[in-house]
Amino acid sequence: MSARRHEQEDPDRYFTITGGRRDASLDLVALVVAEIGPLPGMSSEQVRILRLCRDTPVAVVELSAHLALPVSVVRILLRDMLADGRITVRHPVSAPEPEQLPDLETLKQVLVGLHNL
Amino acid sequence: MDSTTSDPPAAPPLAETPLRGTASDGLKIVVVGGFGVGKTTMVGSVSEIRPLSTEELMTRAGEGIDEAGAVPEKTTTTVAFDFGRITLNDRQVLYLFGAPGQQRFWFLWDQLFSGSLGAVVLVDTRRIEDSWYAIDRLEHHRMPFVVAVNRFAERGPSLAKVRAALDLDGHVPLIECDARLRESSKTVLIELVHHLTRLHDLPAGEDAR
Ligand SMILES: Nc1nc2c(ncn2[C@@H]2O[C@H](COP(=O)(O)OP(=O)(O)O)[C@@H](O)[C@H]2O)c(=O)[nH]1
Ligand SMILES: [Mg+2]
Repeated sequence: MSARRHEQEDPDRYFTITGGRRDASLDLVALVVAEIGPLPGMSSEQVRILRLCRDTPVAVVELSAHLALPVSVVRILLRDMLADGRITVRHPVSAPEPEQLPDLETLKQVLVGLHNL
Repeated sequence: MDSTTSDPPAAPPLAETPLRGTASDGLKIVVVGGFGVGKTTMVGSVSEIRPLSTEELMTRAGEGIDEAGAVPEKTTTTVAFDFGRITLNDRQVLYLFGAPGQQRFWFLWDQLFSGSLGAVVLVDTRRIEDSWYAIDRLEHHRMPFVVAVNRFAERGPSLAKVRAALDLDGHVPLIECDARLRESSKTVLIELVHHLTRLHDLPAGEDAR
């Protein structure tokens, strides 16, 4: 894949945006909802996030794709925005616990969704 | 709007295919396999959005970075993966991830597999050995999976031969597919759900994963 392609990139770019912190507590498919509109003084990344999830929820991983920023960088931004009440997050509720099977109701819903494709 | 006449952008604006406002529960399935095996093709054939690509940071050693620690400046690089989605109902949306199967990407898997319903291992019979590592890790993490043989050529080893070459447990479904076809990819995903459902019926203590 592209690990090689990016090797020349300057990691400082990410360091600047995140302040060097990491946070794995937001799942890739956690859904983000904007609670306020963009305000003067916000970083351009924050403004873009608020615009992207203004009308409908957007998954963490989709924000990452649309901002062209690594997932862990987006997580840091979101954590700050969450702390400031600028966004809310809808965490996955049907995900199985480690080494557990998904529950049967969830599997049924997935099956119905797939058949409807 | 002139959107019908202009070239499509690399990634479509979210406004084209937004999630429902009521969406609240994200689910995951991971498609894993070697380079060029058809992961992106499979994700794209069933996704309601054109597959999107993004990246995650990784250290050159292939390890994750601890949560509290600073990003090590000299060792950080990125790895790309792609995904699509299927809206299941007003509440639930299923994300499909295409993940590289090689050993050095294992750290990314941890994140992808955490909370995943299960996995699809895509196999190219010309490079069966590309799948060994992925299957080994899935078994180790007790993540249920099915194996789909993406047939690139008319001729190739029989499924029985593939099963033997992969040293695959008899319970694990092994099916053929053409990742370019929605119906075929759909069948693979449905087979995974059936497999997960069957695993529920096993007596406690017996584990076919
Ligand atoms: N003949 C054939 N070609 C396929 C099939 N699935 C994918 N391909 C082609 O194989 C190439 C690599 O597929 P891609 O999805 O990019 O592989 P990835 O690296 O695993 O994401 C593309 O040119 C696809 O069109 C298949 O089932 N049959
Ligand atoms: Mg790909």
